[in-house]
Amino acid sequence: MDFLRDPIAFFTQWLQTTLLGWGLAEPAAQVVGFAIGAFMAATGAMLFVTVLIWAERKLIGRIQDRYGPNRVGPFGIFQSIADLVKIFIKEHIDPVGMDWLPFNLAPVLSVAAVLTMWVAIPFAVTIYGVDFNVGLLYLVAVGGLGELAIIMAGWGSNNKYALLGAFRAVGMFISYEVPMVITLLIPVMLTGSLSMNEIVRQQEVWYIVVSPLAALIFFITQVAEVGRSPFDLTEAESELVSGFNVEYSGLKFGMFYVADFLHAFTISLLFSALFLGGWRGPGAAEIPILGFIYFAIKSSLVYFLVILMRGSLPRFRVDHMMDFNWKLLTPISLVLVILTALALKLMAGLSLWVQIPVLLVLNGLVFVLAQQMITGFFRRRRPREVGDRSRPVARYSPPQSDAGSQG
Amino acid sequence: MTPMQITFILIAALTLVSAVMAVTARRMMHAALWLIATLMGVAMIFATLQASFFAVVQVMVYVGAIAILILFAIMLTRRSTLEADQASLGRGWIINALAAVGVFAALVTAVWAWPAADTVLTELSRDAEQLAGLGQIIADPNGYAVPFEVSSVLLVAVLVGAIYLAVERKPQHGGRQ
Amino acid sequence: MIPMSWYLIAAAALFCIGLFGVLSRRNAVGILIGVELMLNAVNINLLTFWHYQIQVNAEPPFNALVFTAIVFIVAAAETAIGLALIINAYRQRSTIVANDLNLLKG
Repeated sequence: MDFLRDPIAFFTQWLQTTLLGWGLAEPAAQVVGFAIGAFMAATGAMLFVTVLIWAERKLIGRIQDRYGPNRVGPFGIFQSIADLVKIFIKEHIDPVGMDWLPFNLAPVLSVAAVLTMWVAIPFAVTIYGVDFNVGLLYLVAVGGLGELAIIMAGWGSNNKYALLGAFRAVGMFISYEVPMVITLLIPVMLTGSLSMNEIVRQQEVWYIVVSPLAALIFFITQVAEVGRSPFDLTEAESELVSGFNVEYSGLKFGMFYVADFLHAFTISLLFSALFLGGWRGPGAAEIPILGFIYFAIKSSLVYFLVILMRGSLPRFRVDHMMDFNWKLLTPISLVLVILTALALKLMAGLSLWVQIPVLLVLNGLVFVLAQQMITGFFRRRRPREVGDRSRPVARYSPPQSDAGSQG
Repeated sequence: MTPMQITFILIAALTLVSAVMAVTARRMMHAALWLIATLMGVAMIFATLQASFFAVVQVMVYVGAIAILILFAIMLTRRSTLEADQASLGRGWIINALAAVGVFAALVTAVWAWPAADTVLTELSRDAEQLAGLGQIIADPNGYAVPFEVSSVLLVAVLVGAIYLAVERKPQHGGRQ
Repeated sequence: MIPMSWYLIAAAALFCIGLFGVLSRRNAVGILIGVELMLNAVNINLLTFWHYQIQVNAEPPFNALVFTAIVFIVAAAETAIGLALIINAYRQRSTIVANDLNLLKG
């Protein structure tokens, strides 16, 4: 029963007693325990990617009104393994004039940056890697290491188009970090601590209920950070010949692929931990394995939402994407943070039943403001008709100020 | 030697070796990558000092932003045919090395002359860093609010200045500039 | 666990390596890399003394943390402007070897 309640703690205890019984010193036994834990977490994450890829391909297939892979095994569940074998045995092609150090280091760094994020996410009340007191900031910092991998990939390929693709990709990633970090201040303000465990523990009311607009902005920026549709101009076939990874083949390309899917699942984990209450649920505080199951269900739902976005939205153009970030998301998130901070300070000490509706109303107001900004910016100028009926001509009037535009 | 001491020696060795490679690498791209390794090593040293906030900020600001800036600048200012041929260090680098070693000797002598330099830094309690206190003292007018505001003005000036300097201006009609 | 002198000597070594880089590098971006190394060494020193102060006194010294934060900010600002200047100089002169940018030399 103890094993079922908390398998990780059970296994750790057993390992420590065995190692100490063999005569190992105490710190060395701890180091061995940590090393085995890290190895298991990393390997588990990488093996889980095969399930993620299969789920995505089936779901995208259904959205597009076709079956996904269904030949290799019942419902195609062994398709990922077949793909794995294929990618392992493909030839590694080295382009002429490449810089070998960044070229080979980039896929490794890409996967490493995502795997390092799994250390700080709390999976249950006692199942977590490390409990940093700056856990949230750590996740943001390590997530930014993936951009380095993209620059190194684009540069090491000795290919102008790869370099251009890498520049655009990194420009997008750095830009979308700004509203992400600003919006992350809201769960921190509501909790009073940067520690991920603390944030999950304080969510008696889920933060998505308290501040839905912050959750929405965070979700959008995280999808942009992964480079997923509709923000996937970095890897699209029709955009700059699939971007920074054009010269990669075989397992190196497979590593970029793995990093992409693993990052998409990691942001679902992050979103559920920050805004959906993480492992919280009935009975999860006493029985850790239940918390793990709740967390897995919530993250799978968010991952399904990410796949749905990929299957149904068209791709952003690069200037639209930059406009969307700098002209809409950043001002809105700044306004939201300032208003939330003001409201929380003025209402400090009042009961929860007063604070949450006030914050909800604030979110609604800022959302309406965002709507007005959208319709104001992207109002299309209709061409006016010149000429008479025998020879109708449409002339497109140049953009004028709002005061003088014709309807 | 305790495990922490072994760990610290390894981290310091990694940092210093990467720093030496960063200042002597022939191709600038490799120098920038070695700089990134050095900055990560410094972040690890901050973590052993239990300044966890600054370890994370080091990764976020230095590795995530400044190193990318340096990489971009290297990529925009290279002359590919000539780079690998020229030496990376100027003439008279031996004198510079001797000067650097002299400064190092002076600093080490100053450290050893201080009797309290051998105090062993023990592990602090978990909330010794008191991030909340740091946040409050930055906003306190009797505290450090003025340096905080001045640094924000500095950053605005840098933002405007960098954009103005780096934007390529197209010539006006008639060739006026 | 770790004597303070180890941290101070490591920071001094990093500072001197950065000093060597600033003095000897021909490429202007290389000189900036040396400056970054020096600033990082200063930060290590500051945080070492902050840790020492917490151990010796009861009250944590916030001025060390604020000073470190200011050094971070100034380093970022100076790198941004320095690189913008270098890119500008490259556009005008097609060279960033520091010895060749000598138009104002007497």
